[in-house]
Amino acid sequence: MKLLETFRTGLEAVISHRLRSTLTVLGIMIGITAVILTVGLGEGAQQQVGSAISSLGANLLIVSPGSTTSSTGIRGGAGSASTLTLANSNVLANKTVAPDIAGVAPVVSASESLTAGSTNWTTTLVGSNASWMSVRGRSMAEGRFISGHDVQTNAAVVVLGPTTASQLFGGADPVGQTVDVAGTPMSVIGVLTAEGSSSTTNDDDQAIIPITTAATRIIGGTSRNNLSSIYIEATSSQTLSAAYQEADNALLSLHGITTATNADFTITSQQSLLATATSVDKTLTVLLAGIAGISLLVGGIGVMNIMLVSVTERIREIGLRKALGATPRVIRRQFLVEASVLGLVGGMLGAVLGLAVAIILPHFISNPIAISAAAIAGSIVVAIGIGVAFGVYPASRAARLAPIDALRSE
Amino acid sequence: MTELGTADLSFDDTQPVRIDDTAAVPTSSIPVIDIENVHKIYQTGTLEVAALRGISLTISSGDYVALMGPSGSGKSTLMHILGCLDVPTRGSYLLAGEDVSTMTEVDLADVRNRRIGFVFQQFNLLPSLSAWRNVELPLIYGGIDRSERKERAMAALGRVGMGDRVEHRPGELSGGQQQRVAVARAVVSNPALVLADEPTGNLDSVSAGEVLNLLAELHDSGRTVVLITHDADVAGAASSSFRIRDGQILAPAAAVAGGLA
Repeated sequence: MKLLETFRTGLEAVISHRLRSTLTVLGIMIGITAVILTVGLGEGAQQQVGSAISSLGANLLIVSPGSTTSSTGIRGGAGSASTLTLANSNVLANKTVAPDIAGVAPVVSASESLTAGSTNWTTTLVGSNASWMSVRGRSMAEGRFISGHDVQTNAAVVVLGPTTASQLFGGADPVGQTVDVAGTPMSVIGVLTAEGSSSTTNDDDQAIIPITTAATRIIGGTSRNNLSSIYIEATSSQTLSAAYQEADNALLSLHGITTATNADFTITSQQSLLATATSVDKTLTVLLAGIAGISLLVGGIGVMNIMLVSVTERIREIGLRKALGATPRVIRRQFLVEASVLGLVGGMLGAVLGLAVAIILPHFISNPIAISAAAIAGSIVVAIGIGVAFGVYPASRAARLAPIDALRSE
Repeated sequence: MTELGTADLSFDDTQPVRIDDTAAVPTSSIPVIDIENVHKIYQTGTLEVAALRGISLTISSGDYVALMGPSGSGKSTLMHILGCLDVPTRGSYLLAGEDVSTMTEVDLADVRNRRIGFVFQQFNLLPSLSAWRNVELPLIYGGIDRSERKERAMAALGRVGMGDRVEHRPGELSGGQQQRVAVARAVVSNPALVLADEPTGNLDSVSAGEVLNLLAELHDSGRTVVLITHDADVAGAASSSFRIRDGQILAPAAAVAGGLA
């Protein structure tokens, strides 16, 4: 019997047993859809956690004034006067001093009262430079951020957090309006995009002004050049420790300190955050592998059952075909064609359904679903593999029986 | 039906009318079926049931033989062994002089395909296929071209009087019609030997008569026909008969006249 005839016979058997074929295809399809969706949900969650962590600034260093040394004695600088100055910050921003530092944002902050018309609101006033937005990973909802020019000219401009803006202006457009900051009228040039609040600070409720404006118009006096902290952005999370070293060395030499333990500043990196991120990532990966494995197992067992039942009820047919002259090889091939066609059709439909649901479902639930090519390919391969194995194996066994034993089977 | 005759049953136009010649079985010396001391023992757990206990039988080419016996006598088991659907536990079986026990699985498939036609009591048609597609099956396994298959299946159905129902599925046919389709399937590959296991067992007397007529016509066209039945009247259609009881052959043809005990 020719191969083409075997193929035709198998295909016709699939088509002529519509109900059985439909149910088999349905079983395979649902198995594959389930795998794609569970893996997609898992990966979506993983990506969500990953992006949430990186939005916190995984390559961020924070330099704080003061000393954390455990040596005894009087620590100069801790308390009344800050040891960090705008000049320090400018050195760190120098690419030849610190090539692994992408951006430096010196920050002074104070709690100040803002007034717009008859409305007043107390918020955190931050003085910084143009790098602040990229270093803190923020973006503008409208208007623009402080420019280098604003910093040079001590411009009386302010950027508001979204909460601050709505408290002061309600629904009205704040850009172009004037806000009275600690008695100094300033023009609102932009509003930040909402970030959400963390446990310790509300990043949506603040007002940012050029650091020079803060120094000259708000703070003044001798401490005008003192900084609350310096935010440093490393060029990437890989260069974080290099950036740490560069900042540490530069500040130690600027402050004339030879022993690192006597440093009058502290650099905190987001190491703990990174460690957490890494462990969360690992946990999710293990969880994901488990989910995918169980889904594949459940889908595979479903396919196996359907194929076993479908072949077992056809052992009489196998006996008859043998009585009419079919060799075991021809029987095996016919069932191989049938199982492959069912597996392939079910697999394709399952992939299409899985993709469709993965695209549509996130519109109705808050969880994102990642589309994973590996999950699609893997589930199709496993479904077809199991379908073929359990479609051909019992058929092959039945084909080895004496024809009359197969014919007489119930 | 009325047109059925010897010439009509020569299925292959390129072959001479006499089937014996095409089957390459010289009538002279070698019998179609020659079994010697055949035993068949079924093992059910520790219990051994002997279905056949030393049967020896010779059937010559062109014979029309009835194997008769009550249910449980082992006659169906015997036919399954004759048709290479089952193998004997002991004893030898020479099919047209060839020892079946030495044949491979592929050889046996070829024997079942080209040299033996089966008619079963239960018809054993595939319910999902139309009449002509059922008749076509042996030709598919025989490697015959698609167009020739259809032609031959249609011709075979025409000869059993089913020419107007070729597209009907078995479920849409009466028992007698289904058995006629089964007869068409048995002869479509032009086998020299036709084995019929209680072919009239599930049929009314009119349909049974029609099927017996078809078998008689197959015999007239030169085929060797072996008929299995428990019915003495049906056995009477054959030219000779053997009675089987408890797995052994009781008496040759002459005893049939007395009917079943």
